[in-house]
Amino acid sequence: MPAGVADRKRPPVGLVVFAVLFAAAALIPVGYVIQAAFAMGWQQLADLVFRPRVGELLTNTVLLVVLGVPCAVVLGVGGAWLVERTTLPARRLFAVLLVMPLTIPAFVASYGWASAIPSINGLGGGLLVATLAYYPLVYLPALASLRGLDPALEESARSLGMNGWQVFLRVILPQLRLAMLGGGLVVALHLLAEYGAFAFLRFETFTTAIVVAYQAGFAGPNAAALGVVLAMLCFVVLVIEAAARGRLRYSRVGSGTQLPAPRVELGRAAPFVVGALLVLATAAVAVPLANVGRWLFATDAADWQPLLNATWQTVVLSVGGAVAALVVALPIAWIAARYPGRTARTLEGAYYVASSLPAIIVALALVTFTLRVVPAMYQTVATVIAAYVLIFLPRALVSVRAGVAQIPEGFEEAARSLGVSPFMAKLRVTAPLLLPSLAAGAALVALGAANELTATLLLAPTGTRTVATGFWAAASAIDYAAAAPYALTLVLLSVPAVALMFAQVKARRSR
Amino acid sequence: MSLQLTGVSKSFGSQPVLDRVSFDVERGTRLAIVGASGSGKSTLLRIIAGFEQPGAGEVRLDDRLLASATTTISAHRRGIGYVAQDGALFPHLSVRGNIGFGIPRSAAREGRIREVMELTSLDADFLDRYPHQLSGGQQQRVALARALAPDPKVILLDEPFSALDTGLRAHTRAAMTRALSQSGVTTILVTHDQEEALSFGDQLAVIAEGRLVQAGRPAEVFDAPASAEIAEFLGAALFVPAHANADARAVCAFGDLPVRHDLSAGARSVRAMLRPSQLSVGDNAGGTAATVESARQSGSAVELELRFGSAAGFSLTHRVPLYEAHRFPVGRTVSVHVDGGVVLYPETAASDPVRSALAP
Repeated sequence: MPAGVADRKRPPVGLVVFAVLFAAAALIPVGYVIQAAFAMGWQQLADLVFRPRVGELLTNTVLLVVLGVPCAVVLGVGGAWLVERTTLPARRLFAVLLVMPLTIPAFVASYGWASAIPSINGLGGGLLVATLAYYPLVYLPALASLRGLDPALEESARSLGMNGWQVFLRVILPQLRLAMLGGGLVVALHLLAEYGAFAFLRFETFTTAIVVAYQAGFAGPNAAALGVVLAMLCFVVLVIEAAARGRLRYSRVGSGTQLPAPRVELGRAAPFVVGALLVLATAAVAVPLANVGRWLFATDAADWQPLLNATWQTVVLSVGGAVAALVVALPIAWIAARYPGRTARTLEGAYYVASSLPAIIVALALVTFTLRVVPAMYQTVATVIAAYVLIFLPRALVSVRAGVAQIPEGFEEAARSLGVSPFMAKLRVTAPLLLPSLAAGAALVALGAANELTATLLLAPTGTRTVATGFWAAASAIDYAAAAPYALTLVLLSVPAVALMFAQVKARRSR
Repeated sequence: MSLQLTGVSKSFGSQPVLDRVSFDVERGTRLAIVGASGSGKSTLLRIIAGFEQPGAGEVRLDDRLLASATTTISAHRRGIGYVAQDGALFPHLSVRGNIGFGIPRSAAREGRIREVMELTSLDADFLDRYPHQLSGGQQQRVALARALAPDPKVILLDEPFSALDTGLRAHTRAAMTRALSQSGVTTILVTHDQEEALSFGDQLAVIAEGRLVQAGRPAEVFDAPASAEIAEFLGAALFVPAHANADARAVCAFGDLPVRHDLSAGARSVRAMLRPSQLSVGDNAGGTAATVESARQSGSAVELELRFGSAAGFSLTHRVPLYEAHRFPVGRTVSVHVDGGVVLYPETAASDPVRSALAP
């Protein structure tokens, strides 16, 4: 088929209608922020925003992002390079150890640290816990990029007379730019959105302040004004990342090769590097887990008793969220993969902006929206599921889109030329081939939803207690023993999703 | 009766891809369509298959209207099989599942699967294998078996051999051509490979820039290409300035030669086309004298550069077998004979659009 033919095909109208409707729904939180800003008017907004307290929050939040993101990038890229491109001893073990912090929700890690060293607090404590919890979000894409890089580039650089260090700086690092920017963006958004971890350490950011304002004055003007500023911060982060990325594209991946890439000899530095990685693993994994273990020994039967019910409710909510996210993701993923063009880009852009708002703003928006527009939906399971879809949609979108893109259109055409109707062709050919990607996307959403704390706290129907909110209720009441079984469950629930992400990265080379 | 295209045109955006293409394919015959990449030949096939709709014109099969600018019958209701370049075998189905895909579930299904496998010389051991366990040539034969299984009226082949290695290609092509002629199904093959096009079908059509520039029996098209550009596209050709005489003969650098076809349309200045295979080189007198300027070994042959006339004359490259090369050392004057006649074309400016469209 001549190049460019696909560009001129138009997506089916029905599909576009669904994608537009879903995009409109996904933009409810953005609409809420804009509406809140306008409804308050400049004077009231200025009164609420230009206060010493907001200045303090702003300083904390900006410092957190400005210091936390570079730390996470250094840890993530450095770790990926060490396990993938050096002769690090036990590198397979370290490759897994470095991703393990992702299995521990940041608020559980925070609980581990705070219960071990009660004096940890403020910006320092927040930075320590959050950086250690979130650097794997840079590590994974960096690892994927390194595995996808063509070693021929490095070999050419070496043949031009560069040493190992120069190759890293001048050839490898520039190619990791996309991974660093993308990972850094995700870390920044997580830092802006994190509530539980910072609340524990008595470190105030916009997100923690909004929760406090919500508890005091509901979704009133104070919470809304803080929400407007937080949304602006997210927007600034998006713009900075987009500007730094320039014309580079995320989808660009080297063709890869069967040849193993050359590894840099660590030599006498090896013991020090191993030591540093062990310290990192201890701080990021061993300390939180050891403290969960310590408190588990202090539990009695009563502490375990509510766990079953909480797990069941978590499963119902997160499976519901996963299925709903797939339904929302499928039309836009299909359009993006099969009909690339302006429509697809515009819609994807809408989803992208919508899903970068923090969970707390999604929650505020849904509270306001349900109360004003559909009061029957307020504090219902449906609203919680809607929040999960909004927060975790990118996970479903990435998996489903990649899955659709992998299935050549020629398969459906072949089926049709064999006398099978277009619908049956999709059912008999496309659906079975898409199933693994759908399952992966659903798993990632479900496991993210199972750990979700902020929006669940605000939106869950009265009497609903998920594992995360159960943990939070116990831990914030300083009942560390009662929180431990929940913490263990949260970690166990996260393991499959992290294993799945890790496996997807490791599969890079075989493509 | 036949598959009939009448004035089929198609454009993508403002870019025309097909321009009023018309032809008939008689039932049970094979047509090869050859053209350079981007000539619109794949689009033509996709219109016949029902994956694209023509902007103008009609496609009919046995007098049933399949497609026009306003109506179209869905691909799955046309009874037209299609084999894509890469085979497009369903990776989640075994060979049995793939071949049986278009056959309704019935007692006869398994028998039909085995029948088409036999027809395409596929071993029954392959039944439970998956596409990734097959070689490229086997995959293409499974794709053909799958397309043949529902007993279509027409089979369309879109460059089905181009992804295969050279050795495998000839073998697969032979097996597939045999299967197609045994099944007696009407077949259209699209290719950019002239050899393939010339050897495949009962009919050959040449397409350039979306237009059908010549059609006919392969031997006739090769013998009398409608234009110098088509002649060059279909195989190595030599052109020399010529002067036409009244008695179907022409005088050129190779002497006074018979004219097989005069396609110069009465042009004032003409050139004669001949194929390198018409030339033979000897050391006896009687032919046209030429000087061996250089000799270069190329595999089992030696390429001689022969210069005709003085330094201002023209030169051409001629291949002789290695074991004969010693007869033609550099500097030797040799004698060039031409067998068979020439085809005359008008002398045209070099920038002919059809020529650039056909350039491989």
